[in-house]
Amino acid sequence: MIKLSPKLSQKLSYSILFLATILAIVPVVVIIFTIIKNGASAITWDFLTSMPKDGMRTGGILPAVLGTFSIVTCAISITLPIGVFAAIYLNEYTRNNLLTRIIKLAIVNLAGVPSVVYGLFGLGIFVMFLKLGVSVIAGALTLSIMELPVIITTARGALNSVPYSFREASLSLGVSRWQTIRHIVLPNALPGILTGTILSIARISGETAPILFTASVFYVPHLPHSIFDQVMTLPYHLYIVSTQIPNMPKKIIFGTALVLLIMVLTISFMAIIARIYFRKHRKW
Amino acid sequence: MSKISVKNFNLYYTNFHALKNININIKEKRITAMIGPSGCGKSTLLRSINRINDTIEGAHTSGEINISGKNIYDTEMDVDVLRRNVGMVFQRPNPFPISIYENVAFGLKVNRIASNKSVIDETVEKSLKAVLLWDDIKDKLRKSALDLTLERQQRLCIARVIAVAPYIILLDEPCSSLDPVATRRIEELMIQLKDEYTIVMVTHNMQQAARISYDTAFMLLGELIEFEKTEKIFTNPSRKETEDYVTGRFG
Ligand SMILES: Nc1ncnc2c1ncn2[C@@H]1O[C@H](COP(=O)(O)OP(=O)(O)OP(=O)(O)O)[C@@H](O)[C@H]1O
Ligand SMILES: [Mg+2]
Repeated sequence: MIKLSPKLSQKLSYSILFLATILAIVPVVVIIFTIIKNGASAITWDFLTSMPKDGMRTGGILPAVLGTFSIVTCAISITLPIGVFAAIYLNEYTRNNLLTRIIKLAIVNLAGVPSVVYGLFGLGIFVMFLKLGVSVIAGALTLSIMELPVIITTARGALNSVPYSFREASLSLGVSRWQTIRHIVLPNALPGILTGTILSIARISGETAPILFTASVFYVPHLPHSIFDQVMTLPYHLYIVSTQIPNMPKKIIFGTALVLLIMVLTISFMAIIARIYFRKHRKW
Repeated sequence: MSKISVKNFNLYYTNFHALKNININIKEKRITAMIGPSGCGKSTLLRSINRINDTIEGAHTSGEINISGKNIYDTEMDVDVLRRNVGMVFQRPNPFPISIYENVAFGLKVNRIASNKSVIDETVEKSLKAVLLWDDIKDKLRKSALDLTLERQQRLCIARVIAVAPYIILLDEPCSSLDPVATRRIEELMIQLKDEYTIVMVTHNMQQAARISYDTAFMLLGELIEFEKTEKIFTNPSRKETEDYVTGRFG
């Protein structure tokens, strides 16, 4: 073994840690840079607001943008209330016995199931068994099932962060358990729930596998009319223009990627802003 | 006349026997103090009187606590009604992170005791007057309660309890986070309140018990050692343990 002087080993470990950080950041920067460099010129008002033309090789991505928007909106409006109610039930109404511990553990672990598994599940249950067909609603249900564990976990965290003394104070005024939750716990947990929800929106906007078999199709010549329509979506559209169509202009591919990237980053950024705002205005 | 009568009362935290066969009769419209070394079960006994201990996992009881002749541990007891009648003030002031006004009005509004704005306004004013806070803050009712000093927060917490019109007020070391001057002022407030309310107070401060309480209960390791007139407890206790404690030999 070579013996290093403390000073040298200090320097060496510093360098290794620094290098690891750089290695983590560089690819992200390169990806973002490449996408912007190749895609920025594609982004025009027209690109965002028109239908694709000439077998997608020209024209815009409006149906994909709207498709993603409708699926995500639908999914969040399904998953948010269910997730919050489940979190309330688990946190505020159940005793800590073996069964509830198993349920809680299962929920945490469900968040680690690969998203393609949810996609196949959605295909089996919603598309085929419930005969919803490939549709916005089938995709939204699949996404909401995938996101449910995440929402439940963040909502439980937010509920837990509300001081127990608030609950005790309210209960000791003769306020019932449910009213205490409604008037004291939920309002104070809302910031945390909201921030978590925005991050979930960002996450599911970019998901491809769960909607691949359940909602997304190659091309639809019109904009979505109802939740039972099949739709184009941004992530799937990106996959198609990148791999399935010969002689695809690079500009369109990177332009689509850039739109998706900007969308996800903007939503995440909103979550960061919300978090900063709530932290500053935090009252206890 | 006794308001609260505890009979053969036991409380267990899962397997831990925290209160052992407690028997005590607390008088109406008096201040009763509970003293004893840390961990002896003062808070536990106090929290049994409005059943806020029910919220603790694994807590279970046997025996009775009768308030105005009714056993509050009876199955048909409505716990929410009980807690409205038996208010509680905690060790650390715990106002809700909303305005002063909303804090006092909270119990009224949520419990639908009053819905008429002028009735609520009136009760808020009356409650804040009862804790001698009204004159100082009547222009700041819309300000956040958390901006008040700790003493005022504690007064506000008492006002919040008074607003729902209880007849018993339980206080768990209500002055322990206050300075001596504020402590004296809260004590004076309690002396005033005892004309209208039955007050049970846990305290670590023996002078405080001596100054303001009528009866004093001395507890040790989950048992009620002695319950007597405060004067007797501090000058001529019957039990050796009590004497050791009040003369500062342990605790
Ligand atoms: N939630 C709980 N779970 C288990 N044991 C508890 C719980 N709360 C209190 N105990 C135990 O019960 C006993 C009595 O506690 P309690 O809080 O009533 O004491 P106390 O006299 O109020 O003490 P202090 O003066 O420190 O406030 C202690 O031994 C304590 O460790
Ligand atoms: Mg205590």
